[in-house]
Amino acid sequence: MVKTILRRFLQMIPVLFVVVTLVFILTRMIPGNPATAVLGPQATTEDIAKMEEKMGLNKSKLEQYGMYWNDILHGDFGTSYSYNKPVLDLLGERIPNTLALSLTSLVLAILIGVPIGVYSAVHQNTAFDYIVMSLAIVGISVPIFWFALMMILVLAVNLKWLPAMGIGDWSNGFWGYVQYMIMPVICLTLHPTATFARISRSSTLETINTDYIKALRSKGLSEPKLLWKHAFKNALPPIITVIGMQLAYCVTGAMLTETIFSWPGMGMLIVKAVTNRDYAMIQGTVVIVAIVFIVVNLLVDLAYMLVNPKVSYEGGQKS
Amino acid sequence: MAQKTGALSREAQNEMLKKERRANNAWHKLVRNRMAVVGLVIVTFVFLVALLAPLLAPCDPNKISILEKFMGPGAVDKSGVTHLLGTDEFGRDLFSRLIYGAQISVVVAIGATAVGGLTGILLGLIAGYKGGVVDSIIMRIMDGMFAFPFLLLAMIIMTVLGSGVQNVILALGISNVPSFARMVRGQVHVVKNEEYCNAARALGESDKRILFRHILPNTISPIIVYATMNMASAIISEASLSFLGLGIMPPTASWGNILTAGKSYLQTAPHIATEAGLCILITVIGFNLLGDGIRDVLDPKMKK
Repeated sequence: MVKTILRRFLQMIPVLFVVVTLVFILTRMIPGNPATAVLGPQATTEDIAKMEEKMGLNKSKLEQYGMYWNDILHGDFGTSYSYNKPVLDLLGERIPNTLALSLTSLVLAILIGVPIGVYSAVHQNTAFDYIVMSLAIVGISVPIFWFALMMILVLAVNLKWLPAMGIGDWSNGFWGYVQYMIMPVICLTLHPTATFARISRSSTLETINTDYIKALRSKGLSEPKLLWKHAFKNALPPIITVIGMQLAYCVTGAMLTETIFSWPGMGMLIVKAVTNRDYAMIQGTVVIVAIVFIVVNLLVDLAYMLVNPKVSYEGGQKS
Repeated sequence: MAQKTGALSREAQNEMLKKERRANNAWHKLVRNRMAVVGLVIVTFVFLVALLAPLLAPCDPNKISILEKFMGPGAVDKSGVTHLLGTDEFGRDLFSRLIYGAQISVVVAIGATAVGGLTGILLGLIAGYKGGVVDSIIMRIMDGMFAFPFLLLAMIIMTVLGSGVQNVILALGISNVPSFARMVRGQVHVVKNEEYCNAARALGESDKRILFRHILPNTISPIIVYATMNMASAIISEASLSFLGLGIMPPTASWGNILTAGKSYLQTAPHIATEAGLCILITVIGFNLLGDGIRDVLDPKMKK
């Protein structure tokens, strides 16, 4: 196990190398001069030249690439010109807000989607199954930014039940904070819930029709025990894989949801960085997000190995 | 008499064979799946609307008429023209704009899937078949691209390329490459050691021939399923990019930019955002239902 974790950590190095290189190439390809972007349109040629020198833009691309790596390895992700703050500080401020939305949505999606999917599988081809699976198709198809707008229209503008945008303050009590979270969380929960319901249903169906479950049933094991102790345990691996994928979706979802609801998280920061051509911010956020992605995928793979004895620690499926 | 009975039984046998063939035929399996048929009808309808847009649109989608802005669905303007779905903030006919928007969505869905699919399939085939260093290099690059959230990668590419339909296709296509490559590589790993591939190798067939004549046709089922589902996500991604101000710019009508414009007039003219969103939702449901149906047909193990 320790060997596997170590091996997987080593495998992260080339991926991170590719990420950093890609980010460097892509940001250098963005049209416009970063120095002008920092100084604004009124800057003189002299000021721009000074800024270019300060930012190392007068050096060759190879030297810039070396400097970029050097900074990253020293934990320096640059300074955002639009916020005039170090990128890491900004991310540190915003990540908790994004986590509050993403983790709440993911936990809710698992708690709602998985039992619904398992129940659907057990009651296959019933009215419940048809309704839930139809709703799940809508859930995976709905554009969340549109759904968010429709919620704002109904719940905030027409009914005035919830605030349309912004973030609450804990000093105003539990409701003072949570009321701002409700609509963004519903938006972010929709797609993962539908996905969990679909995958749990198909995975459970696959296991409840296997011979060993039939054998256990014929031994007289109670249905709930059969389902949750034996069938569900074996239906878990695909669900775990989807958890990893849905975490990735949460970042994409956060970019849209946070922008619509003006939720000051990392998603909104990324969108602003790209639209404002804030090069340091783009580079920093992408590298940090990529690291989080890679680590999450590693954790998901390890969890997969733990619940699925068929997958060996040395990699690949046992024959 | 005996001859006649023999002929009849042969006819009956042929009939049975035909019936069996029809039952096993992928198309017939697909049309027996009610949800898949719904998906197929929706997708065909959207494709037809996109194809016949110039004939179907009652008005010029870009004709501005400021005096007739924000008219509700079914409203009739001064010149007696009925605006079935109302007008937008510039008084343009929304029905016509949504019809032309279908064109953009279909073009982006097909284009992005084709760019991502063809490149990803080729890379996946090479990586899976060659293995070793080639596989490691290709797949590490794919892993690196995969570590970017899809929309973020598309956004950065759009910032590099600038807005426009072709660039949206390229951005979404490039962002799609790693997922296609990963899937195909996995399939190639399963197929390349099958008996028929070993036989082809033993017969001295070239790698190119083995890849395209033997391996690719046997990995095509999941590719078709993934490509269909991918068209659904391409439509949503195009709308997302337009929504974030990086997609297709007005006055070109796209469902995404109509929805984005409607965002600012939610209180005064909620029909703009509602109608554009419904177009996206219904089309994406169509592609997803069709994708599910094709998957059930091509991979019977998945049919639950």
